[in-house]
Amino acid sequence: MTDASANTATGLYATDAHIRKRNAAEKRFRLYGLAAVCVGILALIVLMTSILGNGVSAFRQTYVTLNIELLEAKLDKNGNRNIDDIKKVSTFGYAPLIQAGVEAAMAENGIEIEGLTGKQAGGIISKEAAAQLRNFVIANPDAIGTTVEFDVLANAQIDGYFKGRVDRADAELLKTVSPVQLDLSDALLEAGVLRTKFNTAFITAPDASDNRPEAAGLGVAILGSFYMMIVVLVLALPIGVAASIYLEEFAPKNRWTDLIEVNISNLAAVPSIVFGILGLAIFINFAGLPQSAPIVGGLVLTLMTLPTIIIATRAALKAVPPSIRDAALGVGASKMQAVFHHVLPLAAPGILTGTIIGLAQALGETAPLLLIGMVAFVREYPAGPPEGFFDPASALPVQVYNWTQRADAALVERASGAIIVLLVFLLIMNVAAIILRRRFERRW
Amino acid sequence: MSFVKLTASTLAIAAVTATAAAARDNVQVAGSSTVLPYASIVAEAFGENFDFPTPVVESGGSSAGLKRFCEGVGENTIDVANASRAIKDKEIAACAEAGVTDIIEVRIGYDGIVFASQLQGPEFTAFTPSDIFNALAPKVLVDGQLVDNPHTKWSDFNADLPDAEIMAFIPGTKHGTREVFEEKVVAAGCEATGAMEAMIAGGMSEDDAEDACLAVRNDGRSVDIDGDYTETLARIDANPNGIGVFGLAFYENNTDKLKVATMSGVVPSTESIASGEYPVSRPLYFYIKKAHIGVIPGLKEYAEFFVSDEIAGPDGPLSAYGLVSDPELAATQAVVADEATMN
Repeated sequence: MTDASANTATGLYATDAHIRKRNAAEKRFRLYGLAAVCVGILALIVLMTSILGNGVSAFRQTYVTLNIELLEAKLDKNGNRNIDDIKKVSTFGYAPLIQAGVEAAMAENGIEIEGLTGKQAGGIISKEAAAQLRNFVIANPDAIGTTVEFDVLANAQIDGYFKGRVDRADAELLKTVSPVQLDLSDALLEAGVLRTKFNTAFITAPDASDNRPEAAGLGVAILGSFYMMIVVLVLALPIGVAASIYLEEFAPKNRWTDLIEVNISNLAAVPSIVFGILGLAIFINFAGLPQSAPIVGGLVLTLMTLPTIIIATRAALKAVPPSIRDAALGVGASKMQAVFHHVLPLAAPGILTGTIIGLAQALGETAPLLLIGMVAFVREYPAGPPEGFFDPASALPVQVYNWTQRADAALVERASGAIIVLLVFLLIMNVAAIILRRRFERRW
Repeated sequence: MSFVKLTASTLAIAAVTATAAAARDNVQVAGSSTVLPYASIVAEAFGENFDFPTPVVESGGSSAGLKRFCEGVGENTIDVANASRAIKDKEIAACAEAGVTDIIEVRIGYDGIVFASQLQGPEFTAFTPSDIFNALAPKVLVDGQLVDNPHTKWSDFNADLPDAEIMAFIPGTKHGTREVFEEKVVAAGCEATGAMEAMIAGGMSEDDAEDACLAVRNDGRSVDIDGDYTETLARIDANPNGIGVFGLAFYENNTDKLKVATMSGVVPSTESIASGEYPVSRPLYFYIKKAHIGVIPGLKEYAEFFVSDEIAGPDGPLSAYGLVSDPELAATQAVVADEATMN
């Protein structure tokens, strides 16, 4: 024992048992920390790969270019181009024209498939195509009798075949697609009639029924989410900032303000579904606002976001040094002038950051919207503001929920695609918050 | 001050536009998640073919839909409730209390309920109600004695069934499907196996025995699924021995993952359900508020379009999706055309 201490007798640098224990504890703690970070990163990687793996294919879609003869005998029996008569032909009346178009494309390219019926040939085209044709004919009645080139969607199963979601073994078993249809689409791909391209309709088109999942898009949901964010911004920012300025700069410190403070912190932690229940009771049942409307969604999300904004704003106001206020008051500014001319501009970056983070939180919120009728099948785009705030609309996270609930594999792919779109919006908002903070924040 | 002004003026603008935009021009539908895919197919086609806007369709379950339907008359209430069961007297009374007196009942067709399992799983290809009862009831008849269900494998009570663990995923009690499952399968099996007679002989009143017949075992071999069919499918995917209860339409759209079992020897299909041969089926409905016809543009046209031959008929898109079309569709069309209310 004495020998050992004599050999390493270098004073402070000696590592005795106690110091070794402390060092080991520190090392262990660092390892724990590192492990925690690794678990987090791993979870993120798994999440991102699963979402990207499932969802990236939603941004590409299979289209078929067809030359379709708009037969006068089918579309305008009287031959007088009367728009009311033309409108009487429903989308079901257009299906034979599409089938003829596919058969014409087959004949043109010399494609012959054994055992393929005419109905099956027409079946590789989406049901959306009939609506596309009908809208075109109603807009251009003079085109009846001519042959027009259309870019139409392929059926979801055919699209799935080119994306690897459906294979020949599935086609044998599924009632919605048959192997001969896959042969036909392979031949059409070779002939250049069928191809896969970027799917702009996924961003712009409205939702579609289970009969044509290939046509489903996020248009209405993005617009609905955008409208709700406008409502939240216009209401939550002024109310939140006004409340925090009053509480921070003007309010007396007494039991009441303490109570308010505790309540605001509590409200920030209330489950969001509670705000949905409140919204249903107050905005729809009491105030009589319409169901499924972005205004109601926006109001509910405003209530949810307010505490976040108030807390962030108060923190930003607190961070402004008292010397600024004292200096302003010292040269004769009123209290309000000191706040609005000096404190608020300095706190603005922090307030904006808090607001953007609050908005991002509101953008991803689904639960309160369930109760106010926004989880709905909506195909009409809401009108321009301000009327559009009262029209039915969907929202991005709600659309994700909606699609995952439905049975079709094509919609599951789209749900992942919608998550990617949502993540991109969130990323943009969070990056904006970081940039604002970096550029304008002042430290004392 | 400017903040106060801004807030006040936004609120004022919101209030003014609220009154301006009060007139609703789209049909609003809510209710059964079984009817939802059909209703959205019809809504989509309706929006395309008529000058009216596309109706908004929400789901949430038959009971929730009918509850909202019965909240009253007016633009802030829904126009149509979808239901996978007929409206109950209690609900009609609740409706009447809120002023919804004239209700039009429209039967759109039938839905079959099927038993399906993993495509590569054990050979579950033929069931009778007795098999399901023997597998899932808490008390079954063994050698003439009513005992706690001892069966752990299907082959325990029927040598024709595979030697596989009993594991069933059945719809939860909030689903309309559960009622049909209980009435047409479990109760039928209870009677067929003689368990019901044994219960009555054991001193139970007939009503009590009927109720006792509907119970399922709770030792984990029968799992209630409160979500929708996608959840049942996910559970079956993870469990090769699992048997799931699905709607016919769902099965027809997932034939690459599931194989269906016959019930008492009948293969479930739109034909066998329409003819009444396949025993486990139920009618699907939607209910219209008559007071809203003429007020909400397009409401009657939507209902007429829904039951028209080209939509709900045997060759229409609803039938292609899995709805069993109603042989008496013409009568339903007449009900809608005449706006004939219930009673």
